[in-house]
Amino acid sequence: MTGELNGAHYDCIVIGAGMSGMAAAIRLAMFERRVLVVERHNAAGGLNSFYSFDGRKYDVGLHAMTNYAPPGAKGLPLIKILRQLRLSRDDLDLAEQMGSRIAIPGYSLSFTNDFAVLESEIERAFPSQIDGFRRLVEHLKAFNETALDIQEQSAVAVLSEYLSDPILVNMLMIPVCYYGSARENDLDFSQFVILFKALFLEGFARPYEGVRVIIRALMNRYRELGGERKMKCGVREIITENGHASRVILDDGSEVTADKVISSIGYAETLRLCSDQPGDAGRDNTGALSFVETITVLKQQPSDLGWKDTIVFFNDSETFDYRRPKNLVDDRSGVICFPNNYRYSDGRRLEEGFLRITALANYDRWATLEDTEYQSAKQEWYERLQRRALDFLPPPRVRQKEHTTPPMVAHKAQARFVLTEQTAAQDMFTPLTITKFTGHLGGAVYGAPNKVKSGRTHLDNLYLCGTDQGFLGITGAMLSGISMANLHVLGAGS
Amino acid sequence: MTKDDVKQIVLDIIAEIAPDEDLSDVKPEVRLRDQLDLDSMDFLDIVMELRKQHGIEVPEDDYPQLASLDSCGEYLLPKFEAKASA
Repeated sequence: MTGELNGAHYDCIVIGAGMSGMAAAIRLAMFERRVLVVERHNAAGGLNSFYSFDGRKYDVGLHAMTNYAPPGAKGLPLIKILRQLRLSRDDLDLAEQMGSRIAIPGYSLSFTNDFAVLESEIERAFPSQIDGFRRLVEHLKAFNETALDIQEQSAVAVLSEYLSDPILVNMLMIPVCYYGSARENDLDFSQFVILFKALFLEGFARPYEGVRVIIRALMNRYRELGGERKMKCGVREIITENGHASRVILDDGSEVTADKVISSIGYAETLRLCSDQPGDAGRDNTGALSFVETITVLKQQPSDLGWKDTIVFFNDSETFDYRRPKNLVDDRSGVICFPNNYRYSDGRRLEEGFLRITALANYDRWATLEDTEYQSAKQEWYERLQRRALDFLPPPRVRQKEHTTPPMVAHKAQARFVLTEQTAAQDMFTPLTITKFTGHLGGAVYGAPNKVKSGRTHLDNLYLCGTDQGFLGITGAMLSGISMANLHVLGAGS
Repeated sequence: MTKDDVKQIVLDIIAEIAPDEDLSDVKPEVRLRDQLDLDSMDFLDIVMELRKQHGIEVPEDDYPQLASLDSCGEYLLPKFEAKASA
């Protein structure tokens, strides 16, 4: 054993420098625990990170930070996080969304961070459902979704008790599934409540400089507190003795010990590190859902092309199929995001336009492709997703000549040509990219279908936080890290 | 040290953990939860800060003793005094 940390002892080791791991580590460092964060990747952020390519910085993961809470709001998750991590609102530089939509053929529901907008849209499009919808919202508001001991219920079943029109049920499921469901075609009702509140009752916001602002705020806070971290170094193995994590072997060979270990890398991923577990441990609880995302850099602001939505959740029919596709990608449904379309303060605009399109994908299918097949599949699906997105966006406005006004509205057939002409750069990530950079098995962004709300594992000093503990989204991830650190390390009796 | 000193210490801690709360008119006899937006996470932080900043231990069974500023003064003063004379 030759690693540089060999023989070191910590109060707690946190595995993974994503949002949840960093939040847990900050809490522990705040109260003078000796903490080590280990991260295999060279950048922090986990599933919500960023990268540079051809001189541009791209976000991955973050379309929007959900759970927006205006200054002075009471008791909301965002306020809790700021308090618990002693961050100020200014650290996050959040700007609210312009407005988003759920779109299927024949129906469109707009929503903003003002919940009354969605309510009036439902009243307009589904007049017979509005009373049921209002009762559903009352039920959601009164529901304690963070209790660690609630009985599981099917979200679709609960929604169907309140809403008799399956089209509306499906429309509400599209954003909720896409922004956090680890289960096919349904999710646990408590998870639905977390997401519904995060998306609709609270809302979307984004820092002007994207997800790196949030990561930077967390890293700075942890550094100020004197927390130790080791990047480009994951955990190779957790040596167990009688149901206890006794030693942790890092990738560089260092053997370190800790009173407690908090892992943010996922349920099955964590079990498989443990010396008392088989190599396929947790195989009955690994996620099947993964995604592709295309990123298009536009030469103009999207709003100048007539695209004013912040996010569009689309589906090409009245039924919604949220499951692992048989094909490489399922382009029948997805999410379109324009990161430009937030109300950035002081009239700031992003320097370039961005269009991002997310859709369901099959990890195993991508994994079997040879290199050249992989590249051509990427190009093929990039183009198919662009076409699909155009079906759900207004035709782009184009200027015929420099001085002619007003701009002409392109025909549908011209729209593709306009988009190609407006494209300055493109990139795409696949399920393999997700696994490569996050270590999540099967590219499963939302992790295991069955969450471990208590955060407990088969070892008495190993705990989970993050996606597989069950709080969702960036805000949820941070809240998960905070809660698990409070409960299992800082709380009385710990 | 007086009960008022102890109350001020608790108020200073609350100001640190909940800078978004208006603390200009906190009534000492009224439960903190009833006049401020504080949840169990915030109370855990009050306990943690008492330990970190002043070396005062509050066992979990005694958390209800921190309900109001008055009860904080009552409960914590002997602990601060014991600490000072130690």
